[in-house]
Amino acid sequence: MQHGKYRFIVGFLAAPLGIYALFVIWPFIQSIYYSFTDWSGLSPEFKMVGFKNYSRILDDEVFWKSFQHSVTFVLLLPLVTLTLALFFAFMLNVGGRRRKNAAIAGVRGSAFYKVVYFFPQVLSIAIVALLFQFAYNPNSGALNSALKAVGLDSVQPDWLGDPDLALWCVFAVLVWSTVGFFVVLFSAGMASIPRDYYEAALLDGANRITTFFKITLPLLWDTVQSGWAYMGILALGAESFAVVQIMTVGPNGGGPDYSTTVLPLYVYQKAFRDGQAAYATTIGVALLVLTLLFVAVVMRLGRRERLEY
Amino acid sequence: MGSTSANNREGIGRRDLIKRSAALGLISVPTMSFLSACASSDSGGDEKVDKGKKTKENPLAVNETAPLEIVIFDGGFGTKYAEDAKAVYEKNFPKAKVKFSSTQKIQSVLQPRFNQGTPPDLIDNSGAEQMDMGVLVGKKQLADLTPLLDAASVDDPSKKVRDTLRPGIVEMGQFDGDPVWIMYYAYTVYGVWYSQKALDSLDATYPETWDEMLAVCEKAKKKDMAGWTYAGKHPYYLPFSLYPMIAKVGGTEVLDAIDNLEPNAWKHPAVKTCFEAYYELYKKGYILKGTPGLDHIQSQTAWTEGKALFIPNGSWVENEAAKTMPKDFNLAVSAPTGIDSSDKMPFGTIWASGGEPFIVPAKAKNTDGGMEQLRIMLSEASSKNFTESVKSLTAFNGGTDGIDLTPGLKSGVAALEKAGDNVVNPRIQDWYVALQKEKIGVGGLGEMMAGRLTPAEAIKKIQGYADEAAKDDSIQHYKHQ
Repeated sequence: MQHGKYRFIVGFLAAPLGIYALFVIWPFIQSIYYSFTDWSGLSPEFKMVGFKNYSRILDDEVFWKSFQHSVTFVLLLPLVTLTLALFFAFMLNVGGRRRKNAAIAGVRGSAFYKVVYFFPQVLSIAIVALLFQFAYNPNSGALNSALKAVGLDSVQPDWLGDPDLALWCVFAVLVWSTVGFFVVLFSAGMASIPRDYYEAALLDGANRITTFFKITLPLLWDTVQSGWAYMGILALGAESFAVVQIMTVGPNGGGPDYSTTVLPLYVYQKAFRDGQAAYATTIGVALLVLTLLFVAVVMRLGRRERLEY
Repeated sequence: MGSTSANNREGIGRRDLIKRSAALGLISVPTMSFLSACASSDSGGDEKVDKGKKTKENPLAVNETAPLEIVIFDGGFGTKYAEDAKAVYEKNFPKAKVKFSSTQKIQSVLQPRFNQGTPPDLIDNSGAEQMDMGVLVGKKQLADLTPLLDAASVDDPSKKVRDTLRPGIVEMGQFDGDPVWIMYYAYTVYGVWYSQKALDSLDATYPETWDEMLAVCEKAKKKDMAGWTYAGKHPYYLPFSLYPMIAKVGGTEVLDAIDNLEPNAWKHPAVKTCFEAYYELYKKGYILKGTPGLDHIQSQTAWTEGKALFIPNGSWVENEAAKTMPKDFNLAVSAPTGIDSSDKMPFGTIWASGGEPFIVPAKAKNTDGGMEQLRIMLSEASSKNFTESVKSLTAFNGGTDGIDLTPGLKSGVAALEKAGDNVVNPRIQDWYVALQKEKIGVGGLGEMMAGRLTPAEAIKKIQGYADEAAKDDSIQHYKHQ
């Protein structure tokens, strides 16, 4: 089997890697190239301008605002989402009361809950954003109506219209729409942890919290780590773009006073509204660097002794 | 229990392989894939069709057999008016194949085609995804429409098209110097829109001074109706009544200075007075609750439901809000209320200007055909058809005789008559789109009207934005001639 292993791998991977290089790597190189030009995106003509776009980034207030929001997302979103998902997954799989015939089980109705949690994944992010936009409507939206119904007539926030709240409104939607995926992912991971460990822990009298931190989390670490990287990338990229663009205030989204602008949205605005495609690619490069940094940090910090079972 | 362990001896284990390729794939997903989709290529688009024979019926010398492609923005006005005009072209040139399409996403559809150098022959560059005109002009992507303006008009061959248009239309299509890049087809009246019925029910007439305005709002408030609402998510609707008010109070030169991005243009006392007047609406609670979180449709709906009395808007609102507007709403528009009799310009000063910008790309194959189509649209018959079907005026001066004007349209025509020469046309809206909509609109006015900035703070912030735009050499700058 070892003999000719590489030939086998190369043969298998040549076609996909070729396509990958053509449609992913090459556009990257192109984009970096365009970031040194003054291309408008509206005509085929452009010339080289050196580092002008990069020096412009340094004084661009809106860029730094969106940078700050993207960093907030990438730091907090994985933390909140994964913590919630781990908790839910643990409750669904091993957190239940002891019942007959099964020492280890989830809470009652866990099969049903799994479906409920996963449901948002079935909806496209655009639909989710639109639905929440209605919920956040300050006059007739579900949230303010609910507040009214419980007698809180004086508390009627503008939600997406309030610069202090708008970013967190978006944040909540992202958590809501992604947490289910991780619940299912972690459930799958937990299902592959051998039951004997839990039974041994139970016999030793460990409670739920100890079980979670001493057994579940260490054995699930690989999954958590990749989930962390994946969630961070969602937070930096497509998901945050869609939600902000669809839900928030302003001509192209971005919230009152740029309170929800994120980097991918800013790329979009510069390229497709302001006719400054070259500058947009420059912001894209900045986003790429940020993403790489994030993944590198996650991979390094997350390194642990690998447990095999 | 080892089921997924790596092969420890040497080389790449299954896990590592998957992991590495996944990492590689993941980092590439979010960043730039969507930009590369529009990477430019340089196929030339200069193969123009030959000129046709110039005749009395064909003053632009259109090639009778050349195909024509039209792309129309499918917005508040729909597309029927353009299809009707297309049918006329097909009748005049039966051998020409006319391709007609409409979209709400002008930029997504057309940007790649500009990049390839193969744009269509006529475009209605409108809507939320409008392509930046300044960039298009600056990059020489548009054809000069002067031949069209100098061609004979359809209705009267002794007149040039230029002479049949409403005042200001030709100038609006110019940027710097003589060439005319844009033909604005619709003629929009901006101002304060209201239901005459609602106003009558308050026993009030439209207020001409700000004290009267506050009094009317107070009356409305007693009847549990807000004085004002506006498109809170798109606060750049506020200028529709605010800018002409500034002109009324301080004279048109204040607006010109703002358009020219002159230093301290926003610090003019007239600007401050008007900002404070609007801020008072907020402070006295005359703005419909929750307005900052509403978009244009939601605010219009609240207004047609009678929750608010006034809304700053443009004449498209009659068509756009038709679905929710009660039959007896009796829509009316008025020039903005001023401060008092010491204002520089009389009551009636209004903002009216071209809408629906039509462009003929410089690299289009059949530029003559594109202009000919515009010539047809600027005939009295087509103009009437437009006014009748979408309740809005066109650039063609006249064409309203013998049509049953709807209440809003009638009131718009009356407002224009009353204004006479006192029609202002702030250009900041089409010259500096990002500055006007996002910075001044959302960042400044929206924040002020939501009560999060005082007028003084708003002015300071907006002046900062304007100074930034004046310094920014990545945007084209223009000046009033």
